[in-house]
Amino acid sequence: MKSRGGQFWLWAASLAVYAFLYVPLAVVVLFSFNDSELNAQWVGFTTRWYAKLAADADMLHATANSLLIAVTASATATVLGTLAGVAMQRYRLRLLPTLALTPVAMPELLLGVSLLLFFRQVLDLTLGFVSILVAHITFSIGFVAVIVRARLAGMDESIFEAARDLGATPWAAFRRITLPLILPALIAGFLMAFTLSIDDFVITFFVAGVGVTTLPLQIYSMIKVAVTPEINAVSTLLMLLTLTVIATASRFAPDVLKGKA
Amino acid sequence: MALLELRNVTRRFGSLEAVKNVSLAIEAGEFFTLLGPSGCGKTTILRMIAGFDAPDEGDILLDGQSLSGVPPEQRPLHTVFQSYALFPHMTVAGNVAFPLEMAGRPKDEIRRRVGEALELVHLVAKAESFPHEISGGEKQRVALARGLVGRPRLLLLDESLGALDAKLREQMQIELIALQRQVGIAFVFVTHAQDEALALSHRVAVMRAGRIEQCDEPDRLYTQPANRFVADFIGKVNLIDVEVLAASKVLLALRAPGLGEIAASDPRPLRAGESGTFALRPELIRIFGRKESADLKNRFEGKVKELLYLGDVTLYKVELANGFVIEALMPNAAPGRAKFHEVGDPVAVCWRHDAGLYLRE
Amino acid sequence: MARHARVDRLARWGMTLPPTVFLLAFVAAPALIMILASFREPGEFGGLAPWNGASFEAYRFLLTDIIYAEIFARSLLVAVLTTLICLVLAYPLAWLIARSPKRRRDLLVLLVMLPFASNFLIRIYAWIMLLGPLNLLFSPWAVMIGMVYVHLPFMVLPLYVNLERHDPALLEAARDLGAGAWTRFSRITFPLSLPGIYAGAALVFIPVFGMFAVPELLGGTGDILIANLIKEEFLQNRDWPLGSALSILLTVAVLACAGLATLAARRGFKGTEAVS
Repeated sequence: MKSRGGQFWLWAASLAVYAFLYVPLAVVVLFSFNDSELNAQWVGFTTRWYAKLAADADMLHATANSLLIAVTASATATVLGTLAGVAMQRYRLRLLPTLALTPVAMPELLLGVSLLLFFRQVLDLTLGFVSILVAHITFSIGFVAVIVRARLAGMDESIFEAARDLGATPWAAFRRITLPLILPALIAGFLMAFTLSIDDFVITFFVAGVGVTTLPLQIYSMIKVAVTPEINAVSTLLMLLTLTVIATASRFAPDVLKGKA
Repeated sequence: MALLELRNVTRRFGSLEAVKNVSLAIEAGEFFTLLGPSGCGKTTILRMIAGFDAPDEGDILLDGQSLSGVPPEQRPLHTVFQSYALFPHMTVAGNVAFPLEMAGRPKDEIRRRVGEALELVHLVAKAESFPHEISGGEKQRVALARGLVGRPRLLLLDESLGALDAKLREQMQIELIALQRQVGIAFVFVTHAQDEALALSHRVAVMRAGRIEQCDEPDRLYTQPANRFVADFIGKVNLIDVEVLAASKVLLALRAPGLGEIAASDPRPLRAGESGTFALRPELIRIFGRKESADLKNRFEGKVKELLYLGDVTLYKVELANGFVIEALMPNAAPGRAKFHEVGDPVAVCWRHDAGLYLRE
Repeated sequence: MARHARVDRLARWGMTLPPTVFLLAFVAAPALIMILASFREPGEFGGLAPWNGASFEAYRFLLTDIIYAEIFARSLLVAVLTTLICLVLAYPLAWLIARSPKRRRDLLVLLVMLPFASNFLIRIYAWIMLLGPLNLLFSPWAVMIGMVYVHLPFMVLPLYVNLERHDPALLEAARDLGAGAWTRFSRITFPLSLPGIYAGAALVFIPVFGMFAVPELLGGTGDILIANLIKEEFLQNRDWPLGSALSILLTVAVLACAGLATLAARRGFKGTEAVS
């Protein structure tokens, strides 16, 4: 495809796809500053929607919930996911990889409804904070495990044997050798799990029950009621947060985004 | 008492017997090599000595004490891995200090001994560098320093020179010999390169399919191989199927079908009629023109089929009367002349009656 | 062997047990419960009735009422169309990125993945905003646009990863031997990229099946898909056996497609092993 004409069409098509991806989001951001209730036409510049957000008690409540759940779930998922990732790389396991990667491979809907059934029918648990937490941990473990495993796979295996050979007990070897070397992956995994938790809609939708709202659920109810620029405002802020977290994550594990697929 | 002893060690992986009833003894201060093709069990033995694997049968003893049940971190021996396995997040000095830290030595003692170890391998200048900043040869030396700093009873080396290019490899071999002689610690070296084994070792154990075929000093391995496999594995050799015609203390008469009678010698009481192999090293064969005479007992006529000019020597492949192609190595020592014979030349190959070896298997 | 093996075995169990137990409890057990629930009767006020022997009522209902087959077929169609459209849109972009100089490549990939970083409700909402004034909202077109928009990045990435590994010398050799641009693409590039296509297709096809938010927010009443049905049964009608049965059928469909894709990918592998 060296011909000039071919190159041009290739660039044009690619640019069109990029535009397709970004223009809608740009519109959302732009209209968050629109001085109009209806959100249909551009009237003027204002930041009052952001002010409205800051005063919206339900929104703040939902945000607090989301952040709390995200931090707790990511921390737990990072611990469990790291154990899983190291174990999967070191031993030839079959059960654990299947269990960890099923939530990643299957549609979220299935995990959501099956957890709903499980919590209500078997555990008789009132849906709320705990159920959301457990659900988020469950689907994050697989992501963390994959990231940690990928990091380990790129390293010389014999390092860990060498540590033992030179007098380190298994625990000392883990502390002095394994842990420092997988730390970037751990951090990336934590941030990844954080993002997934903050952004999760489908699974949370099924296991949240009536008492607890998270940010995505709040946004959903707002969308169903009416299309107002307040939604644009919260969307813009949410995008900013996610962007920052992912940018930080990719500094610790540059192939996080590449290795995900 | 031997420093390290393997007694009837067997190791199975499923239905495969990787190590079959192997016994050997390694003496303090010796450079001992396990040599063999891949899959012969040499690495398995090394791992069992290091403690990363355990024998299914038999025992491994260090200074007479069994190592059974002792985990790797508690064995007073260290391994230099094939990939060197340097810790990427520690400096050279940090790597070398690691075993001493694990042993709980005080800080100033560690600093002193690390300095000594780095001096031993001539790497003091690189103490604060990281593994990814140094060359392959330097990594090798760091691995050696790290393995020796703890003053182990034994150092295990797993094909350590495999990753180096030819020239560097040669240099490292010389350094390795010097290091071992200087430090005086027994080295157990695993390799599949027979020339390396011969050059470095006090003794070599040649292995095949889990068994030791012969364990001897390098020169004896070369001049007195125990069987066909060892003769063929070590260096180049001509192997001719023969039958014993007559045997006496002075002379062994062999008959090679299609070729004639070969005069050899063997101190063992052999019986006429038994068949075996005649092994002859190429450098022991002289080639003459047909007309030239030589008073060597064995003389056979043939034609030069191929020759490989190697600069200092020439390897001739001569086709004999029965179709057998014998390989002969002749130095190109005459000034002004590179080759003595050309392809197609009619020649005679000759060797002394005590030049070859009769092998029973 | 005693102490050595014990420490190592302890380490191994210490690492594998916590995540395995957690996942068995919250992935395997719920799945089992769902299978069992599909064989029960719905309770009086929703949920499940007390166990009274296995009932096939839910499945019978699903398999006999034609509307379910319709919705299922529509879901299949939407999934297939979405995958194809994503493929057509993603291919040129993936090709461009793969052929770009190394430095720029990472940036271009990042730019593709960033929209994915935003909450997917936001991505749907963006189209609610855009399509509303255009009067395209609550139509099948809106659903398709939404589905494609949400899943496009997932098709680009595996394709790009595959295309990047193609040896440029292959195309040069083909050109040298007289092949035109289209032939070079259809006979060399496309077949070699099949594993990437299958991977991307799986990453689009399977999630589309589980997506209820797009039809609900962007589509009209006639556009609901199987995921919407499942949501309705669980949260509105509270007919859990029916919802479970639907979910089981969905799972079977997804696994079947994944299985087919793996088979097809493996067949396509002969000759493409060098570029998996």
